[in-house]
Amino acid sequence: MAAAKKVFGAAEASDLVNELRRSFDDGVTRGYDWRITQLKKLLVICDNHEHDIVEALRHDLGKPELESSVFEVALLRNSCKLALKQLKNWMAPDKAKTSLTTFPASAEIVSEPLGVVLVISAWNYPFLLSIDPVIGAISAGNAVVLKPSELAPASSALLAKLLEQYLDPSAVRVIEGNVNETTLLLDQKWDKIFYTGSSKIGRVIMTAAAKHLTPVVLELGGKSPVVVDSNTDLKVTVRRIIAGKWGCNNGQACVSPDYILTTKEFAPKLIDAMKHELETFYGKKPMDSKDMSRIVNSNHFDRLSKLLEEKDVSDKIVYGGDKDRENLKIAPTILLDVPLDSLIMSEEIFGPLLPIITLNNLEESFDVIHSRPKPLAAYLFTHNQKLKERFAMTVSAGGIVVNDIAVHLALHTLPFGGVGESGMGAYHGKFSFDAFSHKKAVLYRSLFGDAPVRYPPYSRGKLRLLKALVDSNIFNIFKVLLGLS
Amino acid sequence: MEAMKETVEESLSEMRDTFASGRTRSLKWRKRQIAAIYEMVKDNEDKLCSVLFQDLGKHSTEAFRDEIGHVLRSATVAINCLDKWAVPKKSNLPLLFFPAKGKVISEPYGTVLVLSSWNFPISLSLDPLIGAIAAGNTVLLKSSELSPNASAFLAKTIPAYLDNKAIKVIEGGPDVATILLQHQWDKIFFTGSPKIGRIIMAAAAQHLTPVTLELGGKCPTIVDYPTISKNIKSVVKRITGGKWGSCSGQACISVDYVLIEKSFASTLIDMLKPLIRSFFGENPKESGCLSRIVSKQHVQRLSRLLNDPRVQASIVYGGSIDEDNLYVEPTILLDPPLDSEIMNEEIFGPILPIITVRDIQDSIGIIKSKAKPLAIYAFTNDENLKTRILSETSSGSVTFNDVMIQYMCDALPFGGVGESGIGRYHGKYSFDCFSHEKAIMEGSLAMDLEARYPPWNSFKLSFIRLAFSEAYFKLLFLMLGLKRSK
Repeated sequence: MAAAKKVFGAAEASDLVNELRRSFDDGVTRGYDWRITQLKKLLVICDNHEHDIVEALRHDLGKPELESSVFEVALLRNSCKLALKQLKNWMAPDKAKTSLTTFPASAEIVSEPLGVVLVISAWNYPFLLSIDPVIGAISAGNAVVLKPSELAPASSALLAKLLEQYLDPSAVRVIEGNVNETTLLLDQKWDKIFYTGSSKIGRVIMTAAAKHLTPVVLELGGKSPVVVDSNTDLKVTVRRIIAGKWGCNNGQACVSPDYILTTKEFAPKLIDAMKHELETFYGKKPMDSKDMSRIVNSNHFDRLSKLLEEKDVSDKIVYGGDKDRENLKIAPTILLDVPLDSLIMSEEIFGPLLPIITLNNLEESFDVIHSRPKPLAAYLFTHNQKLKERFAMTVSAGGIVVNDIAVHLALHTLPFGGVGESGMGAYHGKFSFDAFSHKKAVLYRSLFGDAPVRYPPYSRGKLRLLKALVDSNIFNIFKVLLGLS
Repeated sequence: MEAMKETVEESLSEMRDTFASGRTRSLKWRKRQIAAIYEMVKDNEDKLCSVLFQDLGKHSTEAFRDEIGHVLRSATVAINCLDKWAVPKKSNLPLLFFPAKGKVISEPYGTVLVLSSWNFPISLSLDPLIGAIAAGNTVLLKSSELSPNASAFLAKTIPAYLDNKAIKVIEGGPDVATILLQHQWDKIFFTGSPKIGRIIMAAAAQHLTPVTLELGGKCPTIVDYPTISKNIKSVVKRITGGKWGSCSGQACISVDYVLIEKSFASTLIDMLKPLIRSFFGENPKESGCLSRIVSKQHVQRLSRLLNDPRVQASIVYGGSIDEDNLYVEPTILLDPPLDSEIMNEEIFGPILPIITVRDIQDSIGIIKSKAKPLAIYAFTNDENLKTRILSETSSGSVTFNDVMIQYMCDALPFGGVGESGIGRYHGKYSFDCFSHEKAIMEGSLAMDLEARYPPWNSFKLSFIRLAFSEAYFKLLFLMLGLKRSK
């Protein structure tokens, strides 16, 4: 007989924040040792519970073991190890340069925790998108509440269980639930909110945050385009697109290649190569392949079906299109030249459907991308150096990847985040630590060396000296001081 | 209003077209525009002093120090450093990804909105403008209607000096701001009160527009008398100059209140009084060195703060108000009740409460009980106290043994935390404030690893696991068949 679920109402939400704030004010989370201990425990979770995590992901998403091990556990393990190794460096103040105007002085920038932060994660990579931000929050010295997505219930329950078991409950908590619990949490005052999810909800989060002037990081999504030049290694290109699309949670990823742009001339070759490699990867009956996640739930299944069934879209399917609602499966599907104003080309697909849009020349791809909201990622496959440079300089997206898909996620030296509709703020590596820190400016002045020029009553002489100081021109300053100016 | 709506839409459309044309991406264009701002300020120094005197009664020296000089410096730094700031930052990638390359480039957001404030109407307009232009954006500036002469100057003069298809000025009050906020901007930069900051952020949320909010708060000044008594004269000068010498206390980083041990309070007050007289004369209203209050409304606000009988009873110096001349006398209070209005909202005026504590260490508790301020000042030579202040309080910035001057240090980020704001600027931080840091990764099409692709098997799983943990030797063994796959 399952235990009755604890009620989580407004009072509980308020008590939760107050309790964590007390812990924070008591200094529980500030010390290096506490942060290291928590991070080590997170590493232990990765090491000792990989099997449990893989099982939860299989239950929630039908995620293949390799994807779970690599794209969730291994990435988290690396993230923990990096934080453990670098934390001392990250916590150390940065010296800042002072100038003649503020002499004598020394200055530094001190990283301090923001306080009590809220992390709201998504269902598609429930462990990665929950724990990676939590690693950032903890390394920066904050108390943190995690609200995992209810659309991945086994993962949510496992996260709650593991974090409760291993981490310090006075400062790290998990609240499970749905929109009701999220709303109650959003009514509270947080020192930072970190949200991963859709642009629509991102607006709701930021609006709620505005009431308390709470800064936010919003990791949203968008339609990440892939531009494919005929001047490329076709086999490698196609394999990487397939692995990046269907090999990453079956297209249900924020940086999933959403649609392809290529020339009319090259498209047939591209499509043939894709069909060939898709068969190599997933066999003649991809619906039976164990190497792809399923669609997360029937709502999303129906949403994707609707995209396929739209008039002038359904007849553009050139590969796949099979659906199995009972098992929540849709075969890898390629479409050719659907209308640019169709639903499938207007909203983020987040599924195993890949439209290919053909153009007269590749130049036009810039206009197509530019006319749409800024995506989280934009991809280009080409050998052409000039095209690479132009793409990197003129396409605005969270991040640009040339000749690969999605791998920039794994690189802790690159900030990962969006722009415009795809989000604000960034994280990964030190950027996570920074995302959850306030960089406090500290200026140390001496009580000697006071310039009367600072004080009233004001005079012409003082004004002249001030002007010379502003120019920071020693010569002028001496001239004025000696009365020569 | 309809005409205003149309103006806004046309302006936005033109600025977007200009941005799309790529003109603002050129570093040469950006430097030319910033140089034009420099010229505009230099050519019009006298006019600027005049408008600041008309709007706020600012003395020309104060106007130069706090506004004109600041903008000139800011422009100079931007022109000198822009090439360096705009260089892409190379990122080191792990060996596994060899020969891939990674870098981060700063790209402009696009078309940005700067909403400035009335107390430093020139520098709080032009400094963010310099940052927005340095980062390559097109910008619309809305200056404050409470400083109408400065606002009119900017509206008239900026178009004469700058590229007016890219940089525009609009005048007006809250109704104009409301129209502006209905549109989608790529970034909004706001200087003002926390109350309006909330409105701005909520409006920005509708379009997922990132914001920088430079707000305010009650900036406390701790005076640890025993450890700085040898230099008490300097301390008192700095506090007096900082409080009343900069827009008569109407500054976001103004000394809001002082904290001092009870036994030293009268010494401090006895030194403040003659110094105020020496700075501002027997009749500060006539001195010409004290800014006036910006508007009748603000005089009434300050008046209300003083009207509380308990606060009235705590006046130890000053207290007189001349509403018609927008004058509030430099006023010192000794221990107004901590629950009075004046001790719970940002004063933003020439009234200085001195709060006594039994032990200077108790100041920290008082500071923590209030919202996080933009700045904390502490006059002390006690290293332990300094450490406690740094680690136990939170504020935009902390300055030891001085006040206000952190504003001039462009190597330090200037911004708040919590109620005092979001984001920061000055120096390179201005450039970053108006830039999107875009990650670029370039992989190689050669050197493809089979292990990356389905169908999955235990070899591939082992391979990737080892690769991720950068256990390169074990990886090598696996590939040579010397290690079994799990």
